[in-house]
Amino acid sequence: MAIYDGLFKTLGLSDWCATEDTGGPMTMAELLAQANNGGGEAAADAPTPATPLLETPFPSLDTLHKSCGSIPRTRDMTSAVEEGFLNVKDGMKVVLDPLTQPLSWLLDWSLSAFQATPWFIMIPLLMLLTYYASRSWSVLALVTGSFLFMAFIDHYNYAIQTLSIIFVCTIFCVVLGVPIGIAMSKSNTMQRITIPILDMLQTLPTFVYLIPLIFLFSVTESKLYGIAIILYAIVPVIRLTDLGIRLVDKDVIEAADAFGMNSWQKLTGVQIPLALPNIMAGINQTIMMSLAMVVIASLVSAPGLGVLVLRGINNLELGVGLVSGFCIVLLAVLLDRSTKAALGRINASEK
Amino acid sequence: MTDTSKIKVSIRGLYKIFGSKPKEALTYVKDGLGKPELLDQHGHVLGLQDINVDMQEGEITVIMGLSGSGKSTLIRHLNRLIEPTDGEIVVDGEDVLAYGEKQLHALRQNTMSMVFQKFALFPHRTVLQNAGMARRVRGEDAASADKEGQKWLKRVGLEGYEDKYPNQLSGGMQQRVGIARALASDSEIMLMDEAFSALDPLIRTDMQDLLLELQRELHKTIVFITHDLDEALKLADHLVILKDGAIVQQGEPQEILLNPNDPYIMDFISDINRARVLRVRSVMDATTTAGVDISGDVEADANLESVIAMSGGDTTKHYRVMKDGEQIGLLHMQDLVRALVPVIAPEHDDRAA
Repeated sequence: MAIYDGLFKTLGLSDWCATEDTGGPMTMAELLAQANNGGGEAAADAPTPATPLLETPFPSLDTLHKSCGSIPRTRDMTSAVEEGFLNVKDGMKVVLDPLTQPLSWLLDWSLSAFQATPWFIMIPLLMLLTYYASRSWSVLALVTGSFLFMAFIDHYNYAIQTLSIIFVCTIFCVVLGVPIGIAMSKSNTMQRITIPILDMLQTLPTFVYLIPLIFLFSVTESKLYGIAIILYAIVPVIRLTDLGIRLVDKDVIEAADAFGMNSWQKLTGVQIPLALPNIMAGINQTIMMSLAMVVIASLVSAPGLGVLVLRGINNLELGVGLVSGFCIVLLAVLLDRSTKAALGRINASEK
Repeated sequence: MTDTSKIKVSIRGLYKIFGSKPKEALTYVKDGLGKPELLDQHGHVLGLQDINVDMQEGEITVIMGLSGSGKSTLIRHLNRLIEPTDGEIVVDGEDVLAYGEKQLHALRQNTMSMVFQKFALFPHRTVLQNAGMARRVRGEDAASADKEGQKWLKRVGLEGYEDKYPNQLSGGMQQRVGIARALASDSEIMLMDEAFSALDPLIRTDMQDLLLELQRELHKTIVFITHDLDEALKLADHLVILKDGAIVQQGEPQEILLNPNDPYIMDFISDINRARVLRVRSVMDATTTAGVDISGDVEADANLESVIAMSGGDTTKHYRVMKDGEQIGLLHMQDLVRALVPVIAPEHDDRAA
């Protein structure tokens, strides 16, 4: 019949294999074969011509299944994973739903607040904030110019939605990430545990985050994209907090010890202030990464400029996609420049 | 330097072994295993062995040794920045090793302050905030901390630099801030870990003079670490010489110079200018009987160089040694010249090359 039949015979597993299991979903190939042959059973039973040695297939689940019905197909495996996930889903939901609910509220609240503020208040407010953070006229000019341009081409509303999401997600990233980073810097065990998780979060393709999240939360809830963005963007702030605190001069820490500082005095009076340039660099990266993710998150109903990009792709509206893409670049540049200017200010005062 | 002064800090039978099982290694060391053997056979590093030092109140105890001799390790035991493997550290009659975290913090805040080789100032705080740091840590309000900081900055000659940041100052000035920071804590004990080693020679001399001047006024108990013999001799009331984690000799510096008990120390002291370091009182003939043929009076604490200059190089002269207006001995120039010849250094003296 199939090429690995002999193997199971010599292993004496023929009986175990004979319990033919035809349940489970069919693959597309099987479905096609069934349709073409009208019944298909006859085709499967027909003697297969001897396979040339060079074309011997890899003993994968699907290939082995042909020789031995008891071995599950790949398809069975993925559906088992799916079932497993669906089984724990409800339990996870009970815990995660209330925990993440504040994220939804904040996202929705901030979105409506940003949008409800009229443009002639919002733009000066942003200008003021930019100047306060950066103290740089050129950055201020860049921010002002960008927003006036986006408003002029009717992209202001989308841009402000994107900004609102980044705003909330960055706050969450800092509030969660900095303490995690501090814990990592205090304990080597904590660092050993956390680093693989951070590596995984950083290397997982961004779309893969969305899959389990879609099952866990409904697409209408804003926390769905909020969580996706935070998971993706929290990594640099954690890493750089950890690094920054570990890089604080050992001699200075020793001096703090020698003068009898307790660990809280040391953390707030020495370690965090001296790690601040690194922490700020982490926040800058976090903002950039949440901007990258907020575009992808438009697939799961995140509002903002990403929606326009998605429309460009879906409807092949080249102009819409390109112009909104340009607006995203503009937003990225101005966020980067203003946080970098703020960072530079901190560095200058410390060095 | 009075004999009635009391012991402020006492180190008794102190051992420090670095490695994964220090307690186990300690038993080998106490059974007589040496430093190289311990490293070879058990992979443990013997940091300090059987250290016994009494530090008198109001004196400068200098601990001298070359790098790797364990001197920085030793000073960090006093405020327990490093935990000993075995032994006792008694400060004001209390065993510091029995202290819990709270008491230890109190000890570091109130009783001991420290000056570091690399200054270790807080780069994000101004000079004034750095100087008042010890008081802030204790929980005193900013006003009193600043007042004390201001006072001591002025005392070390840094008036007008209060609002600068440490990295805007030169190395010597930074270390002045370090000293002001230690003094402002008003602690009785000052630990100085190679405090002047990172400074260039002229500034180092200035700082040594500053320290001696402050000490004449404040009478703190100072533990000073150095690898520089000249510095040690200049500052020390009590000199402790460390080698490979063990004490080779300790005592009054003049005493060590005249009677070194170890080839290592002979080697060490062979290079120094004895005429400048040795004092008249160390080489005189202690007697109150009036001598014959006296050429003049010399002070007991004068160094030999000045006496040679006074005598014009004549080795037949004799001087009366005076202290507080009374004769305490006679100085024969022949004894003086003999004292200038160092105790013969061993043959394998590779430093002379």
